[in-house]
Amino acid sequence: MKSNKIKFKSIVLSASVIMLLSATSCIKDLEREPITDVTSASVFADFANYPNALAKLYGGLAMGGQVSGDGDPPNSDINGVNGGFSQYTRLMYTLNVISTDEAVIGWNDGNLHTIHKMTWDSSNEFVAAMYYRIFTEIAFCNEFLRNVTDEKLASNNITGDNLAEAKRMRAEARFLRAQSYYHALDLFGNVPFVDENYLPGSVNPPQRIERGALFNYVEQELLACANDLRDPKTNAYGRADKAAAWSLLARLYLNAGVYTGTQRNNDVITYCNKIIGAGYSLKSNYGSLFLADNNVNNPEAILTVNFDGINTQTNGGTTYLVHASVGGTMPASDFGINGGWSGIRTTKAFVNKFPTNGSDKRGNFYTSGQNLEINDLGSFNDGYAFIKFKNVKSDGTPGANNNWVEADIPLYRLADIYLMYAEATLRGGNGNMATAISYVNQLRQRAYGNASGNVASINLDFILDERARELSWEMTRRTDLIRFGKFTTGDYLWPWKGNIKDGKAVENYRNLYPIPAKDIIANPNLIQNPGY
Amino acid sequence: MKNFTTVLKIAPAFLLASSMIHAQTQDSITKEKKIEEVVLIGYGKQKKSDLTGSITSVSAKDFNGGATSAGQLIQGKTPGVQITNNNGAPGAGTAIRIRGTASLNGNNSPLIVIDGVPQDFTGVNGAADPLSLINPNDIETFDILKDASATAIYGNRATNGVILITTKKGTAGKLKVNFTTVASMSTKMGNVDVLNGDEFRNFVNTYASDAYKAKLGTANTNWQDLIYQSAWGTDNNVAISGGIKGLPYRLSVGYNEQNGIVRTNSFKRTSLGLNLNPKFFDNHLSVNVSAKGTFTDNRFADGGVIKSATYFDPTQPVYSGNSNYGGYYEWLLNGGLNVNANANPLATLMAIHDVSSVTRGLGNVQLDYKFHFLPDLHFNVNAGYDYTKSEGQKQIDAQYKAGFNDKGSSSIYSMEKKNKLLETYFNYVKNISAINTGVDITAGYSYQDFLTSLPGAINYKGNAPTQINNDFETRNTLISFYGRAIFTVANKYIISGSLRRDGSSRFFNGTRDNLWGNFPGVSVAWKLNEENFIKNISSISTLKLRAGWGKTGQQELPGLDANKPNNYPAFAAYNPSGAGANYQFGEQYYYMFRANIYNPYLTWETTTTKNIGLDYGFLNNRIMGSIDLFRKDTEKLLVDSPIAAGDLSNHNLLNVGNMENKGIEGSITIIPIKNEKTTWEVSFNATHYKPVITNLLTRADASFNIPVGGIEGGAGNTIQAHAVGYAPNAFWVYQQVYDNAGKPVDGAFVDRNSDGKIDVYDKYYYKSTTPDALLGFSTKLSVKNWDFGLSARAVLGNYVYNNASSNSSLQSASTNEYLQNVFYTAPEYQFKDANRSFSDIFVENASFFRLDNVNIGYNFGELFTKGSNLKVYAMAQNVFVITKYSGVDPEVFGGIDNGYYQIPRVYSLGFNFQF
Repeated sequence: MKSNKIKFKSIVLSASVIMLLSATSCIKDLEREPITDVTSASVFADFANYPNALAKLYGGLAMGGQVSGDGDPPNSDINGVNGGFSQYTRLMYTLNVISTDEAVIGWNDGNLHTIHKMTWDSSNEFVAAMYYRIFTEIAFCNEFLRNVTDEKLASNNITGDNLAEAKRMRAEARFLRAQSYYHALDLFGNVPFVDENYLPGSVNPPQRIERGALFNYVEQELLACANDLRDPKTNAYGRADKAAAWSLLARLYLNAGVYTGTQRNNDVITYCNKIIGAGYSLKSNYGSLFLADNNVNNPEAILTVNFDGINTQTNGGTTYLVHASVGGTMPASDFGINGGWSGIRTTKAFVNKFPTNGSDKRGNFYTSGQNLEINDLGSFNDGYAFIKFKNVKSDGTPGANNNWVEADIPLYRLADIYLMYAEATLRGGNGNMATAISYVNQLRQRAYGNASGNVASINLDFILDERARELSWEMTRRTDLIRFGKFTTGDYLWPWKGNIKDGKAVENYRNLYPIPAKDIIANPNLIQNPGY
Repeated sequence: MKNFTTVLKIAPAFLLASSMIHAQTQDSITKEKKIEEVVLIGYGKQKKSDLTGSITSVSAKDFNGGATSAGQLIQGKTPGVQITNNNGAPGAGTAIRIRGTASLNGNNSPLIVIDGVPQDFTGVNGAADPLSLINPNDIETFDILKDASATAIYGNRATNGVILITTKKGTAGKLKVNFTTVASMSTKMGNVDVLNGDEFRNFVNTYASDAYKAKLGTANTNWQDLIYQSAWGTDNNVAISGGIKGLPYRLSVGYNEQNGIVRTNSFKRTSLGLNLNPKFFDNHLSVNVSAKGTFTDNRFADGGVIKSATYFDPTQPVYSGNSNYGGYYEWLLNGGLNVNANANPLATLMAIHDVSSVTRGLGNVQLDYKFHFLPDLHFNVNAGYDYTKSEGQKQIDAQYKAGFNDKGSSSIYSMEKKNKLLETYFNYVKNISAINTGVDITAGYSYQDFLTSLPGAINYKGNAPTQINNDFETRNTLISFYGRAIFTVANKYIISGSLRRDGSSRFFNGTRDNLWGNFPGVSVAWKLNEENFIKNISSISTLKLRAGWGKTGQQELPGLDANKPNNYPAFAAYNPSGAGANYQFGEQYYYMFRANIYNPYLTWETTTTKNIGLDYGFLNNRIMGSIDLFRKDTEKLLVDSPIAAGDLSNHNLLNVGNMENKGIEGSITIIPIKNEKTTWEVSFNATHYKPVITNLLTRADASFNIPVGGIEGGAGNTIQAHAVGYAPNAFWVYQQVYDNAGKPVDGAFVDRNSDGKIDVYDKYYYKSTTPDALLGFSTKLSVKNWDFGLSARAVLGNYVYNNASSNSSLQSASTNEYLQNVFYTAPEYQFKDANRSFSDIFVENASFFRLDNVNIGYNFGELFTKGSNLKVYAMAQNVFVITKYSGVDPEVFGGIDNGYYQIPRVYSLGFNFQF
């Protein structure tokens, strides 16, 4: 039927035209943007999001990833090492404390055992994890800084008080980046260099920077951002202020001899004085500096990494420090946790720095069922257990959660500043010796509970030991030993140094960790540290 | 001389066989009508004899019996197609690989198209393999497109092949009812070979310290026996088909209930299928309405239970004798639980109630309109909607160790997927007798949209506040234009060419630069048996030479996790952190906005395939088969690769490198006997392919590789790597040193680069997960009313890393204040060294021969009413495995054997009744 044919013809014709039109308009559907993640443009357009973006920069030191318990990639930030193992402070502890007389660890995980034995090589996964963690943190800071330039703030209409706060946040990001570069400088020396100009997805790998030049960069950055940070003690707990920048500068200058060959002791004194003059004071009870509620009534902390039983749940941080150091006959509930992981203890070299009658309360050892001598590194019973952090509050009640510890880790505190002042003075800086001795005695008075431990004079060896006693397990030991020339040499031996029971000297090149083999392969601009 | 006599002995048998076959073919040529097989080729169909690409078709009569998931139906049936069970849990489904791997990323699966609707690659909570949600009894045919000339028409997702599944349709006419019921019992194949109670006591007393010797118990518990059970299952299907007033329909209802061989594991699936195939307007409009619904209820057994049962101290009793921790024996420390120790596996099974239910509806309407004014022109529309909803809950009881510290917990999750499809194409088929050429032209458009949403899981804990995780939603859209032309000249020469242009939203980086790809394909076939010089040779019934070339794309990336596809890898975005991952400033907690790593240059991976094939058939196709030679070259491989430090993470998705895969596959089917009473068919197929990575990260050092294949024994340790010059997933290990007696020396590895120290530069690439050859064998024999069949497979050169063996050592038994069993090699090897996990001694030859399926049935014939049929059959699956591998099952997908849920042995009895 002709009419049917025409009807069908026109139906089909119109159908195909409609299809063609819809086809071309549908092509826009290919431009899909993330739904539950937020585009960069949206994040920085609203100032309410800025604290959350800043939270990742600080949180990068506390959490291994974006979910409770750190997670696996892509929830965890680094690939190749599982979340908890790759948390920043846990790795800093591994590389800076376990490699020294202050701690040994009994676990069989991969090449972990080579750290204390000082037999690591460039394929060590923990060295690699620290390296990647440092550079990921730097990349996060770079990304933030790219988005808070004056131009970007203007184009996002950030004005008034928000603008002032954004600029301070910018200074904090520069501080955090400089801090991570400081860690890179201290651990690896000659590393890749990236700043805001290195864009994500770059095809060309980063250029290399040598230790001396990196020192200068860190110094310049800290001096610059110190001007823009909030005054000491005026920023929210957990956020950096001028005192944090000054503390890091003091550390940087104290070790300048190691990093550049030139001592900078006067600069150490300058910045120590600035901090001491800002109104910090020692917490009256040493032990309470490391308890679950060490975020309250703490006039001594300058900058901390914060953890919480409900809100900041990581398998690194103090969760690691408390669980791993509990084992043997130690009752887990005394530490506010659900069970120990039987990992870390200490060596007799460290134990012997304290008086045997227990008058120095900083020497808080658990000895029941523990041997002072370490015959088997794998057995928790060999080596005294050391009690430093606890998931218990100052009133004795446990933290909010018996698995996730909420004690915060102090990155810089007044006691460290006092000791740096004393050391710089001993090394010829323009500090006052009597003042230095009085600072040291304040620490010892707190430790002994009375003046019986006070000293009339100090020398460099005494300062090194006092730093061990005061700042035990606070991630500075390796740097201190290197500065004193005792990390690799035969001047100072401790149990299982160099994989010998009584310790032996190891190769000098181990004063620097190796650049991970994987990055040497992926980045042809890098040169491996000597010896590896 | 010896060989010659053997040949002499066999020769008469051959002569006899061929004369038998020849005699019968003379008979049956006149009796039979030649029915031309028709095969789906993607937006169309072709006669099997006219195919130019490498395509294999398997239909219902050749399926393996007793399949609980669709993939099992064709296991071992087709050369080049490897189907491995994901694991032995019911409903776990299969992994399908066609001609090995052409990609390095996580997903090498072929594109599955069900009744014209291409499926989503990502699994669902509770169904890792989307195919496991389809009732195998509803499947009519699998058409498997293997080479690019065939798959290029599917363009962007076709690099790993395409499998077209057609479901059963109704036929007009009388009402037909088909009822099947099968009862089955599954048992385990075996236990992991660890020490028994006495052997373990001996081991600990010899090597451990006194403190650990004191922990030994006096029992002799076989933990593995305790967690396994003989599992019952039943599968029932009713299919009703017929025509109502000229509307052909088929309605099927199925119910499958299967328990797993691990206690508490169970699977229930109810499936509904409806197919309506009316024709209108004097057969000008064919309509196919298809609706499938599946309702699945799954109870999972905790994944760690198999490992706990393997390693739990055999000298301890099951029950502690007191009422703590549910009355089960658990390792204690200082009056509380030892949190590092493994948990009592029976207690864990009691404690965990992990269930999920999945509802899925897949519906599509296909219209095929034959134009009135031009009947050779068809217009085809296929509109489909695929909806999946899954809900689950994992509850852990507080009184057992698993839930003790949390004081009980419950995690509630759900997921919803909505996938839409709209396809339209024109198809013109005409035989132009003037030039003796058949023409088949197709042009079309396709739009597909995948929307997945996972509301944040809610975690309740007895001793902590409730945590609600972040919601997740993601979307991917695909738009394509395609066309194909097939010319058949003189019914002898066939040329086919196709082109597809695909766009994917996955590569959107803010600009449209990387969205589109072009995928051409061309193939030719020469039907030699139609040529005059061959036509007259009566014994040659089929002889076709095929050659093809094509380009296909790959856009599948490793997902964010098993259920979350990564749809925005090229787009800059910030991820908000979840509950429990906030940071404290002052008195407030802030979630963290993390800048995700992304690659704005990301684009398609492309594979170019060349294929030459020969299809042959002799003696009226009583002997037939095919041989194919193929070569796949992949460029811009999509890989999650380590990158130089300085970017937002240390890994990123890159288009990096090249891979080539060369192979050969062949099949032969012989029907020695075929007459009214007896039929006997024997089939054999073989495949060999060799993938080699030829390039990775061009500017990197020669020793660059991408480590993959995580193992237990460390924090992020891997045992495999992708490296240039080697097969993907090659084992990257140290070379073990042996002493004069052949015993391995602990911690001693060959210093391959002779630099005086043993480090990562002494590792080498030893074997890989790619086997040397895959062989399949099956036979069917029917004599009068009896029929008998069996199918078997062999995989040669299959290597597996035995993680149970590598994890066991003199120390692993006594560490962290508890005792743990060891693999039987531990007292033999006496290893202590921490690097032992990387020794090549644990990479074992796992070549195997497996009898997959044996079945025997009796056909009672017309028992009740006229035209009815009753058949009874008995079947055994996974009858036996012959292998030298020291683990339980040599067929471990991924090549790393660690707590693998073994494939069960299944015995079934079934009835099929139709009337």
